[in-house]
Amino acid sequence: MDQPLYQFLIIPAVKIVAILAVLLLVVAYLTFFERKVLAYLQVRLGPNRVGPKGWLQPIADAFKLLVKEDLIPSKAERFVFLLAPCLIIVPALLVWSVIPFTGETTVFGLLSEPIPAYLTDINIGILFVLGVSSVGVFGIILGGWASNSKFSLMGGLRSAAQMVSYEVPMGFAVVSVLLMAGSLSLVRIVEVQREAHMWFFLPGILALGIYFICGVAETNRNPFDLPEAESELVAGFHTEYSGMKFALFFLAEYANMLVIGSLVAVLFFGGWLRPFPNVEFLAFLDVIPPFFWFASKVGVVIFIYMWFRGTFPRYRFDQLMAVGWKWLLPLSLANVAVIALGILVKNHLLKG
Amino acid sequence: MKNVATVNVDRGPIPWTERIYLGPIVRGLGVTLRHFLRNVFGKRDVATIEWPEVKRQYSERLRGRHILTTKDDGSLRCVACYMCETACPANCITIVAEEDPEAPVEWEKRPLLYEIDLLRCVFCGFCVDACPKEAIIMSRQHEMAFSERSEAVVGIEELRQKGPIEDEDLGYRPYF
Amino acid sequence: MEFLTAHFVEIMFYTLAALTVASAVGVVAFRNPVHSAISLLASFLFVAALFVMRHAEFLAAVQVLVYAGGIMVLFLFVIMLVNVKRLDPEQVFLSGKAPAAVAAGVLLGALIAFGYLAGSLGPVGPGPEALRMVDGAVAGNTEAVGWLLYRQYLVPFEVVSVVLLVAMIGAIIFGRRDAGLEEGGGRMEQ
Repeated sequence: MDQPLYQFLIIPAVKIVAILAVLLLVVAYLTFFERKVLAYLQVRLGPNRVGPKGWLQPIADAFKLLVKEDLIPSKAERFVFLLAPCLIIVPALLVWSVIPFTGETTVFGLLSEPIPAYLTDINIGILFVLGVSSVGVFGIILGGWASNSKFSLMGGLRSAAQMVSYEVPMGFAVVSVLLMAGSLSLVRIVEVQREAHMWFFLPGILALGIYFICGVAETNRNPFDLPEAESELVAGFHTEYSGMKFALFFLAEYANMLVIGSLVAVLFFGGWLRPFPNVEFLAFLDVIPPFFWFASKVGVVIFIYMWFRGTFPRYRFDQLMAVGWKWLLPLSLANVAVIALGILVKNHLLKG
Repeated sequence: MKNVATVNVDRGPIPWTERIYLGPIVRGLGVTLRHFLRNVFGKRDVATIEWPEVKRQYSERLRGRHILTTKDDGSLRCVACYMCETACPANCITIVAEEDPEAPVEWEKRPLLYEIDLLRCVFCGFCVDACPKEAIIMSRQHEMAFSERSEAVVGIEELRQKGPIEDEDLGYRPYF
Repeated sequence: MEFLTAHFVEIMFYTLAALTVASAVGVVAFRNPVHSAISLLASFLFVAALFVMRHAEFLAAVQVLVYAGGIMVLFLFVIMLVNVKRLDPEQVFLSGKAPAAVAAGVLLGALIAFGYLAGSLGPVGPGPEALRMVDGAVAGNTEAVGWLLYRQYLVPFEVVSVVLLVAMIGAIIFGRRDAGLEEGGGRMEQ
């Protein structure tokens, strides 16, 4: 157990395989759930023909995308055209290495001693997530440019401008949580929420709102999905992509959605903690594995994503940028100031 | 068009509580959530028609696939007068006429070749309106799927009436 | 295997350094400006990896977040919107500036030699451990940077932010002068 080979190679390799396998399966079925949830919101049925009640639909979709003809437009820049999907899927998958799913776990008693269920916990966890996500913007710009099509180029540039401008209020919303937590490490943030007997969404309700709205804008979802709306720009930056490359763009979008959901759960709702984690009265809830709490919190956030998509009309692009720069950024700055003030007052009251 | 009476409706500036639009956003979310919960957990009344178990009801005079009617002895009523081919706006009917030796009247014609290209046909019913002999009518059959384009060009054998006329699902036809 | 584990740091450093230099050379060697931008992005990411090697993880993350994720994106915007032309092969190499290139190369070599000589004489400053020390205790790079930036170097920090504000206001004023190029056709009256 303690040999370096075991510790640095075998266990992380098993964790990586487990995380990637579960993630890809979840993302594939997320496409199915999106179609079903959107359908029920819109008073219709979703796909219900392929397999029992439609549950094999993602398998059929994956197979279709695999065997589709792989087109490269004739005047397109070949190397960059092939590079763009890689540049968007690698960051989307890379951030999953630091997201904590549960605390220590023994995998239902299979292992003799508990191991942490996340891949790694670096002391700049949240900053790593933000930084790596911002590299994903390149996949969009280069994908739009390499398609050699004006629609794709405009879609790509608009989408990149939107993502870059909504990263700023998102960072400030995260900063307000960091002020309360005192550390950048994601595991430490969950631990502080347990020790403080309070999930961070209560004092940080405005930060939660800002973070979630910026998360919706980051992943190019409705109501901020002008760059990829079908009636506006054909399909935006991924118009010319077909087959597996398109599947990678699609996967990256859903993986980013899951990342935002996981971060909302970890930063604001206590990660894998059960409700009222320190109340002895509810200790009987401990039989439920903590991963269930994490998954249900992420699931609620994903449902809200789809709920937004089924409800709202789209922002026009200048309105979109106005919301990001004129409303969310001052609000997030004010939020940081208020929370910092609150922490100072609380420390002063505790000392004096 | 000058001096038209107008009414100037000026509702004044919109207060900021309305401009941030949070109220209607929440109400809209409530509407969709109500739809969702009702369809998933409550009574499911979706607008989807689950074909092929449930089919739409079409009208009685639906213009579907054509039928070439026959007389009591089994021969076609059509006298190859070319009225339907001339009336067709899509030019989908092709007729070649020949002499009819078995006709009760002298110098009667009958169609040697009568083809309708169902892919070009717009199912307008002009051919039924134009025919003087009620030789072509339309049934209510609208589900015609082909595997090859050549199957879409149907001739006399596919178009003619198969049994007693009452057995067909009759759609658009001239009334007497 | 033993060689790998014993000299892991050196192998990592030389590999990363070679890749960084190669991508930096690629910035000036590629004809297509977008290829140069991608190469610059790669060099930023390798520099971030070098930062991590030296226990400066906060700097690495900020390098990726700001340089790679912000500044390079704006570079690419400009390249694509202004439609910078590809260079012909004849234009790439030196194009008549050989004396300046030779002088710059000689100066760079002198700088590297001086740095090596000065480093071989003894430690120059606090050493790489200072990157994560706070008040003499090892605390991590984030805490060290924050401690320095907001206590010892607070006034330069504020001055730099004012300089950035001035640059931003200047850019906005210059942008406003170009009438008719606003995205989306201008604001509508509400």
